[in-house]
Formats: sequence, structure tokens, C-alpha cells
Amino acid sequence: MSEAHVAHHSPPQGFIRKYVFSLDHKVIGLQYYGLALVAVFIGMVLSWLMRIHLVWPNWPIPGLGLLSKNGAPGGVMTPEYYLSLMTMHGTLMVFFVLTNAPFAAFGNYFLPIQVGAEDMAFPRFNMMSFWTTFIAFCILMAAFFVPDGPPLAGWTAYAPLSAVGSDSGPGEGLGQTLWALSIFVFCIASLLGALNFIATTLDLRTKGMTLSRMPICSWAWFITSCIALLAFAVLMPACLLLILDRVAGTSFFIPSGLNISDHLQPHQGGSPLLWQHLFWFFGHPEVYIAILPAMGIVSHILINSMRKPMLSHKVLIYCMMGIGFLSYMVWGHHMFVSGMNPFSSLVFSFPTLIITIPATIMTLIWLGSLYGSKLRITSASLFALGFISMFVAGGVSGFFLAQPSIDIYLHATYFVVGHFHMVMGVAAIFGIFAGTYFWFPKMTGRMMNESLGKLHFILTIIGTYAIFMPFHYLGLVGNVRRYSAFVDDYLIPLIPVHRFITIAALLTGGAQLIFLFNLIYSRFAGPKASDNPWECTSLEWTMSSPPPFDNFGGRHVVVYHDPYQYGVKSSTGDYLMQDSPEGAEVRT
Amino acid sequence: MGKLFAVILVVIALASAVPIITHTFLGASVAPPEDISTHGHAIDEQLSDTMVEAGLSFVAAQLVLAFFIWSFAGKKDGELKTFPGGAKAMVIAAFVLVGTEALALGLLGTKAWANVYFQPAAADALQIQAQAGQFAFYFRYAGPDGKFGAIHPDKIDEGNSNFFGLDPANDVESRDDIVSGELVVPVNKEVHMMMHAKDVGHSFYVRELRIQQDFVPGLDLSVHFTATKVGKYEIVCTQLCGLGHYNMKAYLSVMAQDDYDKWLKAQSQ
Repeated sequence: MSEAHVAHHSPPQGFIRKYVFSLDHKVIGLQYYGLALVAVFIGMVLSWLMRIHLVWPNWPIPGLGLLSKNGAPGGVMTPEYYLSLMTMHGTLMVFFVLTNAPFAAFGNYFLPIQVGAEDMAFPRFNMMSFWTTFIAFCILMAAFFVPDGPPLAGWTAYAPLSAVGSDSGPGEGLGQTLWALSIFVFCIASLLGALNFIATTLDLRTKGMTLSRMPICSWAWFITSCIALLAFAVLMPACLLLILDRVAGTSFFIPSGLNISDHLQPHQGGSPLLWQHLFWFFGHPEVYIAILPAMGIVSHILINSMRKPMLSHKVLIYCMMGIGFLSYMVWGHHMFVSGMNPFSSLVFSFPTLIITIPATIMTLIWLGSLYGSKLRITSASLFALGFISMFVAGGVSGFFLAQPSIDIYLHATYFVVGHFHMVMGVAAIFGIFAGTYFWFPKMTGRMMNESLGKLHFILTIIGTYAIFMPFHYLGLVGNVRRYSAFVDDYLIPLIPVHRFITIAALLTGGAQLIFLFNLIYSRFAGPKASDNPWECTSLEWTMSSPPPFDNFGGRHVVVYHDPYQYGVKSSTGDYLMQDSPEGAEVRT
Repeated sequence: MGKLFAVILVVIALASAVPIITHTFLGASVAPPEDISTHGHAIDEQLSDTMVEAGLSFVAAQLVLAFFIWSFAGKKDGELKTFPGGAKAMVIAAFVLVGTEALALGLLGTKAWANVYFQPAAADALQIQAQAGQFAFYFRYAGPDGKFGAIHPDKIDEGNSNFFGLDPANDVESRDDIVSGELVVPVNKEVHMMMHAKDVGHSFYVRELRIQQDFVPGLDLSVHFTATKVGKYEIVCTQLCGLGHYNMKAYLSVMAQDDYDKWLKAQSQ
């Protein structure tokens, strides 16, 4: 089998084309990662401010008064500013961290390489997706600085609170319009990105890279792209309609006869439930947009760490497809007490319970595959194992909320907050951490410090359980979420629990500085990484660290093997690279 | 390191379960309050059944994960082994265990849900209208004529306590309507509460009643319940409605029929 040679592309010259408006998927992947990193630290600081306010409401937080004179006079937060920070925290985390990092960042960097392509199918679209996302981020950040405050309707922006404008109180003026515009622009970027991922997967696989030979994380990015294409395509027009309601006097989400602040609203004929349906039709699949790439990354890393393939590569992929498919049939479980027809609640409840089956199969396969392995403990594999623990913890609480009868009691309590933070927040972030520790050597050419990584892991897993388990206990008492202070008789005795959570959140957040230090220090002073430090089989490890501009140095790579040839006897040791002709069986 | 993590996982799994079993965490009670409704016991049973199944799954999965990490972390020698039964066993286990669990809980839960939503309120149930607005609840009783006066959103005037936008000058039916900031109901009597929102979305949540229902602007929704224990309970808003959301509350007073009659009489004077 002779390898066809193609022209070696020379990298662009000049700082701007190389690092700013780059067409290189690897640079764009790193840009996404950088943006997510900025967003996650802002989001985390916002959560600290909220947690501090909840338990020490009168303590003036140094510097906060400078950020917002009206929102936090003298550093003491007003109730509306608390809600604004909560809204910004949720929006930043869901869109700019959980969508960007595991999917857009790692996917951009590694999908083309793993399938043997030189770049994405549409490099210009790719550049446009990132910069459009960046614009969306800037628009959202601008909402911090508008006169009547950042938006406060939550990341779900339920109408009519989000639609009627300043009559409904502070935080519902320009800030809310900027929120809707930011998400609208974000949707455009995500749609472009999803199309690009799909085209790349389907069209640019190299010779021998059949679909069944794709590594599992590439499969996860591909399935996620398909979900994202449908989900963002619904949220985008919904945001447009919300903007029109706010600025053009339309009434898509606003019914007639609303009297707000003694002011009869001029709108008529709209439906607040329409917004909920459109939002959650996106919102539920979004959960899987966050978690599927993490599942793929974690599986990829675990296989490498166990030195043997999963019990079944195919079943894992079918399960991810099943989850993606079912994710479109369950959105109504967010609306059990919304006044939707109670029969629909039952209809939405069953697929929600059934989606547990593919999720359980995946969990059992991860667990069962560990049996009889030669598990290498690294920072990456620890976070991957931690992901399983967190996914189970967040998954079982979903079993409660999937049942309308129990949801009557637990809806809108901290139980829900605990559930989604564990299953889509922390679990996905564990996937991001695992991916970072694993791929850092490839992306930068240097190793991260393993001891610091392991310390980071131990503190983080203890910390996250300490934060989010008590959320469930609070939910069982009926502690309502989205309250800026606990003034109800039954909530006051719960404040010690909240204090415990706040301290745990501050400490766990502090532990993330270890990661940040490790990331920055290792980037510049870490020991040099070899091409394949983890002895991994997929294509990204066949090239130098960091990879050359056009990935394969102008050669057309040919794939001879299924992705995970571990536990075999070969000249390299206990594994065979995908492009190794040793024991080859050619498929086209 | 692997063994340390395995130990930590075991500790986390067991420590997480303790407050669920003892119903207390850091001195605070972490169980639902006593149920005071006729439909609530079905919800409570459903909740505790689910707690047992989910709790066991959680602890079991964490312990298995910990055990495998403990056993196989750092292993270098010997042959790789495959879990007996392979992926097929996992698929069958998931379908059988989770499938049965999901179906059973789903079907049982349907009954609890149906008790709340599919049974219409009795014809002689006490009719009360509830209105939610930023940031207060108001409740309206029809008065001696048994009829509610019409609502005119343009006539709402909080300064003059016309919270519902009634028009007593022109509308006879509204003249005897009783408006209260407290929801007062007789014990063991079914209440049919009709709900509407004045401005933005709100929600009606009484933990002891095991009822949560959103107020959705533009929609007339209703719930019905029978309170079985005399006492005073908190009604809180659970749908984000603006800056005063945390402070939007009212009380539910469940009274003996005599006390209720007295209260109603006092209100109409």
C-alpha cells in the first residue's frame, strides 16, 4: 500500500493570521478553550459571590461596589443583583463553558486529527464560528454594565418576565435584550460549528478510517453535532421572537391583560408556555450536548488507561445515539407544574425514565470494563473515573425528577439544582479536566505536573460532593431555589447547611487555582512531552507534540486498525497504533 | 493513589447516605414536613420507594467502582481479563433492572399524579380564586351570593386595595367578594382553587400540602386539595418573578369549620 503524497502546506505568516484570525482548527480549538477558561473563572467567581451573599448577606464584599454601584452599593448585594449574577452564572456556564469546552474546543482540535484530516471541512466557517461565539460573549459581558443592571430572568429567561421590559423591575431593560441577542448570536455560531463537524466526519475521513474505526470521542462529537444542529436551530428563532417582543412590540410570548407595576401592558395574544416549549426543546438536548462529548472523552481516556478496549465499542456508540434521539422527546419534564396538559406530563415522563436505560448500559460497560484491567492512575484517568462517580450521582437523582408526582414536591427546589450541577455541570467539567490532563502534552508539547494534578483531583471530588450532595438534602425539605435570601420560617433553620455549602464552594473553587497554576506553569516550564506519552493508539499520537500546521506533514495517513488495539503483542509494546501496518487488514 | 481514591469513594458513598437515613444534616432536619393533604401520602410513598431504589443504585455503583479501582489500579503483571458475560450481560442487566424499575415507578407514579390532576374537584368544593402578582398572593372568596365579580386588569389599583381589578360601582356580583392576603380554608373540606397571574409567572407551593402549581399569565389554571390538619403553613413562590421573589409569601390557615365561618363573617363586615 503506497501512501499518496500531497503538497505540504506552509503555515500562515504573521501574528494575526497565525493566532487571531487563524483558519487552523487547532488554533481555533485552543481559542475556544481559552474563552471557556475565561468564562468558567468568571462563572465561578459569580457563584462565590452568590454563595457568600446567601449566608453573610450584610458583609460588604471588597471591590464588588466598584463593579456595580447600584447593584451592590458599598459591596452589599441587592436582591436583584443576586438574581442577575445567578442569571449570568448559568448562561456563562451552560453556553460558554459546557458547550464550548468539551465540544467546540476539544472537538475542533482533535476531531479532524482523529479522522485523519488536515483541517475542518470549512476552515473559514470554523474561524467564523469562533469569532461569532466571541462576539456573543462580548454582548453578554456588556450586559454587566448597562444602567438598569444585568438580566435577572435566569438562564431559562421565562416569559413574560423576560419579555415585557423595564416595567417588571430592574434587570429587565437593555440587559435582558443583550442576553437574548447574545444567545441568538451564540446559536448562529453553534450551528456553523455543528455543520462543520458533521461535514468533516462524513467527508474528510482518511483512507481506511471507516465509521466503525473512529475513536469513541470522535463519535461523541459527531453525535453531539447532530443534536446541536437541531437544538440550536430552535433556540435561535425563539431568541429572535423574544427580541421582537422586547423591542418591536410583538406579542409572541405575552398574553393580554397583564397589569405590571400598575401599568396595563399593550400586548395581546401571546403564550408564555410557547417560550417554555421552545426553550426546553433546545434546553434538554443541550444537557446532552454538554455531557456526550465528556462521555466520549472519558471513554477514550479510560480505554487508554485500562490498556484494554471497552466491553463493547459499538454498544457505547449506540447508547449515545439512543440518548441523542430520546433527548428530543423529554423536554416537557421541565414543565410538569407549568400548567401544561397533565396528560402530556405522563407522555414526557416515560421517555425520561427510559433514557436511563442507555445511560445505565454505558455506566455498566464502563464499570465492567474496569474489571481485569491494568489501570494506570494518572490525573486524566482519575478525572475520568471521577466522571463515572459524578454521572451516577447526578443520574440517580434524575429518577426522582422524571416522575411528575414527585416533581410536584421537588420542582424548583435545591434538589433540582443539585441534580443538574452534578450530572451536567460537574460531570462534564470532570470530562474537560480529564481531556485537559490527557491532551495537554499533545497540544503544547509539554507535560503537566502529575502530582499537582492528582492533588487537584482529590480536592475537587471531595469538594464537589460536599457542595452538591447537601443541595439534595435541602431540596427534600423544600428549600426553594433562586432566592436571594432565606426569610421564610422554614428556611431559616437551613442556613447552617447553606453556610457549609458556601465554605465548601470557596475551598473547592480555591483548589481550581492549583489547576490554573499547573496549566500556565506547565505550558512554559513543563518537561518536554514525547509524541505519544500515554502509549495511545489513535491518530493524534502519531504526530509530533504539538502537531505540525497541516497535522500529517503532507502525508495521507492510512488507517489499518480499529481504534483501540490494546492488550496485543506488537513491536511497540502492548498496543498497536491505528496507522501501523503491522498485522494490517485493509478496509476502505 | 488509586487505593486512596477508592477509599475516598467509599467514604463519600456512605457519608452521602447518612443524612438520607437519619433525616438530619448539621443539626437541621432534612426530610419533607408532615403531609397534611389527602393526596400527599401517595406522593410520599412514591418518593420513599424511589429513594430506596435510587439510593441503593447510587451506593452500589460507587462501591463497585471503588472496588474495581482498588483491585486493578497499578496492576502491571498477569493477563487482561474480561468481565464474565461481557457487554451483553450489561445490556440485559440494564434493560431488566432499570427497565422494570422505570416501568414500575412510572406506572405507580401515574396513580399519584392522577389523584392530583385527573380527578375533577367535587361539585360542592369550596371555590377560592388565587391571584399572584409581584410580590404578593391574594385570595378571593365569592361571598354570600356565591358568585365572583368580573376582573378588569385595567382597574387594578394596589394603592386603593383593589388587587383584583373589581368594579363594585357597576358590577353587583363583585360587591360582596372577600379578598384576603391569607388563604384560609376549613379542615377536611375540599378546596377548588382557581389560579391566575396578574403580571409575570409565579408559583404556588405549600410543602405540607404537597402541591406546587405555576401561575401562568394568560392561563386560568386550577388545583384542588383537602387539608386534613388545622394549623398555619407557609405559601411560597417558586417561579422566578423578579427582585422580590425571595420575599413573596403568604400563609395558609387551616381552621375548624366553626372558626372558618367566624373568620369569613368577620371579613365580610
